[in-house]
Amino acid sequence: MDLFVSFERKMATKSIIGLWLTAVIVAAFAFPTVPNPASWHEFPIVPGLEEKARIIFFHVPMAWTTVLAFIVSMIYGIRYLAKKNMDDDLKSASSAGLGLIFCILATVTGSLWAKFSWGSFWNWDPRETSIFVLLLVYGAYFALRSALEVEEKRASLSAVYAIIAGATVPFFIFVIPRIISSLHPDPIVNSRGKIEMNGSMLTVFLCSLAGFTALYFWMFNLRIRAGRLENKQHSIGE
Amino acid sequence: MPELIFQAKDLTKTFSRRRIFSGISFVLGKSDSLAITGKNGSGKTTLLKILAGVLSPSRGSTEILSDGSRIKDADRFLYLGLVSPYLQLYDEFTAWENLDIFRKVRDSRVPESRLDALLERVRLSDRKGDPVRTYSSGMKQRLKYAFALIHDPPVLLLDEPASNLDREGISTVYGIIEEQKKKGIVIIATNDAEDLKYSNRIIDLDLLKAGGAS
Amino acid sequence: MNVRAAITIFSKDIRSELRTRYALNALIMFVITTLSVILFAIGNESVSPEVLSGVLWIIIFFSTMSGLSRTFVSEEERGTVLTLQLVARPVEVYCGKLLFNLVLLFALNTFTVALYLIFVTSFSVSSYSIFITTLVLGTLGLASASTIIAAIISKANTKGTLYPVLSFPILLPLLLTVINATKMAADGAALSEAAGEFQVLASYLVVITAVSYLLFEHVWKD
Repeated sequence: MDLFVSFERKMATKSIIGLWLTAVIVAAFAFPTVPNPASWHEFPIVPGLEEKARIIFFHVPMAWTTVLAFIVSMIYGIRYLAKKNMDDDLKSASSAGLGLIFCILATVTGSLWAKFSWGSFWNWDPRETSIFVLLLVYGAYFALRSALEVEEKRASLSAVYAIIAGATVPFFIFVIPRIISSLHPDPIVNSRGKIEMNGSMLTVFLCSLAGFTALYFWMFNLRIRAGRLENKQHSIGE
Repeated sequence: MPELIFQAKDLTKTFSRRRIFSGISFVLGKSDSLAITGKNGSGKTTLLKILAGVLSPSRGSTEILSDGSRIKDADRFLYLGLVSPYLQLYDEFTAWENLDIFRKVRDSRVPESRLDALLERVRLSDRKGDPVRTYSSGMKQRLKYAFALIHDPPVLLLDEPASNLDREGISTVYGIIEEQKKKGIVIIATNDAEDLKYSNRIIDLDLLKAGGAS
Repeated sequence: MNVRAAITIFSKDIRSELRTRYALNALIMFVITTLSVILFAIGNESVSPEVLSGVLWIIIFFSTMSGLSRTFVSEEERGTVLTLQLVARPVEVYCGKLLFNLVLLFALNTFTVALYLIFVTSFSVSSYSIFITTLVLGTLGLASASTIIAAIISKANTKGTLYPVLSFPILLPLLLTVINATKMAADGAALSEAAGEFQVLASYLVVITAVSYLLFEHVWKD
């Protein structure tokens, strides 16, 4: 991932991402919601949510990014086990750190959304439970890392744990529907309709998705470069 | 015994960015005995563990060739025996039970009768029915030799061979070393100058480090 | 892999346990104590079978956390890891210890369930076929996941507290499913209705065991 090398390219990337996300945030909040959207910059009104529906522009991209970060962490974990190159462990841990941040953000925004939609911050509904489990996995991952002093062991074991988590967490996709179907019929769950998006909403949404993904990659790259410098510093100090 | 070669190529070990040793290479054949010396902490035990296959080197490799063909890494433990102060046995079991467990796990083709012969060799026959936790450190050391020899390995790795032993124990052990040298390879990690007399090859880890390891 | 080796490691662990009884006594007392606390807490209240299904598996989960790490942690604490590394292939160690944990957990859960059915009067099982199947599949999955995590934490510093922290997210799909199936068993659902749950448990078991089998060597070897 040595994509961004020269100073000019670094500045360019930083600026593009910054401007992009600023535009997304502005559009997310500034575009008005009207009953019958006619012009290109108008959003439809979402029954029950109205203005608060704007949270979708942030919550879903954050949730997506935390999943992406986990997958990247797992992939670099696998590479470490195959080649025992410490750089892969650095990448795995860096991605996991970002994943944790985005997961906290996703959990908080998701909780806000729940509050807007159904009046309570936490319901243990499928998606809330899933994001919470991911938070637990990240927490466990870092708890494990901090309990291991030897670098090589820390790298191997956290890679193994990430892979095990990656293998078992998807089971939620199968487990949750069965749990839900056997719950008492719950009006809150049933009225959790999708937010109908029109063209302009969809555009802003997708731009936000792309923006957050780019933000993740940029921060990932930054953390790796910082980590490598730190490693060099330690080696020189020896 | 088939023609045996034990080979080390460019062994390097780094722990948490501290270089322990590097560039260690040698080739040993039947009747060769190698002594590894160096002060405490110089990496003798680490090197021995790498040669025993229980620790991976950061770079480099070790190989055992039997009649020219390379033994698979996963099977190497069948060709090696290790004695070390770090080796522990199950002290709730008797000496005989310990040896029997390890016999069955490692290579069950070894007959039960071998265990009594081994205990006889290390002079523990009279205590074979006692739990190992009742043993003195010298007795435990001798039992470790029995453990290392159950499967009659061609390569014997000894970390501080005479530790905890009285005079009788030491002479038993050197008897074992001489026998082993005739049939195979002995590698000793030691600080004891006496042990060096038993070896025809020496690696001094302190000298290697001072000389600027390659 | 030499099956005899795995079996010998398994029987070594069993014999050691029977000889010293370190874990068994503590585990039995743990189950009794936890159940007593719960009975005191419930008192004369009537608690729904749904909640009681969950409580049963809470007891099982925590007794698993109390007992199943011992097989690896004791080797680390006594310094016999090196010894095992010298005589056995990693896969033989894994299979032997998995088998040990399996037997231990089956015994423990049988004890727990028996006590639970006797003393928690508001909880009764209407569909034993669902209940037994759930217990069997749940115990298998629980033992398998707990074994690989036990191997991992045995190499770390704060083993005791780390064990449930690492295990819980991994086990959550299994726990949710077995609790759900136990509810069905308490309600008296038909066996076929729980088929989905059993499918999830069976596939979870296969996945976690396969992944553990493939990754164990990276945990065990240095």
